[in-house]
Amino acid sequence: MSRRLLCLGTLLLAPALALAAPIVAEKQPVNLHAIGMFFVFVLGTLAITWWAARQTRSTSDFYTAGGGISGFQNGLAIAGDYMSAATLLGLSSLVFAKGYDGFIYTVAFFVGWPLITFLMAERLRNLGRFTFADIVSYRLDQTRIRTFAAFGSLTVVCCYLVVQMVGAGQLIKLLFGLDYRTAVMVVGVLMLVYVIFGGMIATTWVQIIKAVLLLAGGSTLALLAMAEFGFSFETLAARAVQAHASGWNIMGPGSMLADPVNAASLSLGLVFGIAGLPHILMRFFTVPNAKEARKSVFYATGFIGFFFLVVMVLGYAAIVIVGSDPQFFVGGDVKAALIGGGNMVAMHLAKAVGGNLFLGFLSAVAFATILAVVSGLALAGASAISHDLYATVLKKGTASEQEEMRVTRFATIGLGLIAICLGFLFEQQNIAFLVGLTFGIAASTNFPVLIMAMYWKGLTTRGALAGGFAGLVSALVLVILSPAVWVAVLGNAKAIYPYDHPALFSMPLAFLVTIVVSLLDNSARATRERDAFDDQFVRAQTGLGAAAASNH
Amino acid sequence: MSSNDLSHSQHCARIRANPKFQQLVRNRSRLSWSLSAAVLGAYYLFMAVVAFQPHWLHAPLAEGRQLTLGIPVAAGLIVLSWLLTGWYVRSANTRFDAMSADLLEELK
Repeated sequence: MSRRLLCLGTLLLAPALALAAPIVAEKQPVNLHAIGMFFVFVLGTLAITWWAARQTRSTSDFYTAGGGISGFQNGLAIAGDYMSAATLLGLSSLVFAKGYDGFIYTVAFFVGWPLITFLMAERLRNLGRFTFADIVSYRLDQTRIRTFAAFGSLTVVCCYLVVQMVGAGQLIKLLFGLDYRTAVMVVGVLMLVYVIFGGMIATTWVQIIKAVLLLAGGSTLALLAMAEFGFSFETLAARAVQAHASGWNIMGPGSMLADPVNAASLSLGLVFGIAGLPHILMRFFTVPNAKEARKSVFYATGFIGFFFLVVMVLGYAAIVIVGSDPQFFVGGDVKAALIGGGNMVAMHLAKAVGGNLFLGFLSAVAFATILAVVSGLALAGASAISHDLYATVLKKGTASEQEEMRVTRFATIGLGLIAICLGFLFEQQNIAFLVGLTFGIAASTNFPVLIMAMYWKGLTTRGALAGGFAGLVSALVLVILSPAVWVAVLGNAKAIYPYDHPALFSMPLAFLVTIVVSLLDNSARATRERDAFDDQFVRAQTGLGAAAASNH
Repeated sequence: MSSNDLSHSQHCARIRANPKFQQLVRNRSRLSWSLSAAVLGAYYLFMAVVAFQPHWLHAPLAEGRQLTLGIPVAAGLIVLSWLLTGWYVRSANTRFDAMSADLLEELK
């Protein structure tokens, strides 16, 4: 039993969580309400893309909307980037199944945000322009470090894209009654249209609209559900305890986090992984200055925190409303499995309290949510290819804006095709390991190198490369040896590395190697790099010389 | 280019030598590191209680009530870290930005 709970834990490891589960999605009847509402969303966002395409003239417009997004807008867009369909579905389902343990996970998803505010937001904005590789290579070797950082970004982006694509296919099959491949194609093609024509401006607006829809949909659902309990949390708790098979146990910590090492590794990966996700980091370059960057995390943190609390209410309310209603269970037996799999709790709740129309609305929101997240990912990946690899490494900064834009668009098409193909390929696979890998690499490769580049004068090119590789390799090896690959994919009886997440070991290793190699580096280049920190420090603190917003 | 570079780094050196800059750096890093420590401390304390003393969180809020202490504690952790975010953003956007603008103006 505890093994199963740990596996559940892996699935819940990322905001992509529930989507990583190999949902045995049986195709549902075609849902016309949902398709109609989704159609409205697509038309609206395509209109915005058309408008955005006319505004997008330079590379700066394309990658960062010309730095012209306000703090409030960017806050919503960050929230839109981070709150995936899986946050709504996965976390509410977890509370539905395990009660309070789901709440503990939710807190872990959240705690990274204040840290990004305190330690990273303003430095990201002051030092970077288009990608986080700008900051890492600010005073280090442009060619090698940028190449490394770009590959770090691309690995994370690709893993995460596959997770989202497979999840999207399964979810849409379930909610809309569309064929899996059709669903993956629709997501892939729409993503291409948004990103290629509208760039960051369109992507930002898709994320803003989606965030507003998700917040509105979630809150309405919570209000409708709470009405059943006379808006009293005490009544809700009492009836949930009565209705749940585990009774009173759902009101306190349970078995899921019983292993402290696993819990520590998971929370490290979640907390610091957020700060290494390229599509999240990229959002900080879309605002005009550090002041707006800070404001945007404040708003984002507020929206995300609020939404998480709403989802907790949904989970507990579903224990009573969905858990005791036979229509949502296979064969009408409340002891059997939920129809559509364990992740459909929020959707069933929507149907129970709001009817088919509301279910259709929430399904459309879930679809929109996936689109917004994949668009952000594709843009982050494309900018790593065109800005980092092509324009800086290959062309040494001599590429014209037109050439760079052309490469970006080809890169986006390439990423879109890869995402669609991998989506087809992984349809029947257990992809839980990709979630662990995404956050493992983000926390053990991108995050250590980035934070050291911003804060530690002693960092040298050799140190950053060695530490980054150590983090990358150890995260990869530990994920392969973990239950998600060693047992679930390769079919061995027992995992060599018994925990779900590599961060507890791979992240400190990355820091250690970075520090030791940097300290031992006596080359002339290393001396120059250390000396260059002082000027970087002035810019980080004051914004002197930071990339300014362009006018529209 | 090289003379430009030189003057840029001389300019940076002058900024670094300015006591106002040093004070800005000191104040800002004191605030950001102590807030980070507060959030991480509160979070890992919470996780330690979950791992080693789970029954503390499982205690009813009051005699005969079904809501437990754990619910407001977890929700409080989310709200508290958001409020601390607000505190930092407010200080940085008013006090620190003013100090920084003042400094750049003075050294123009």
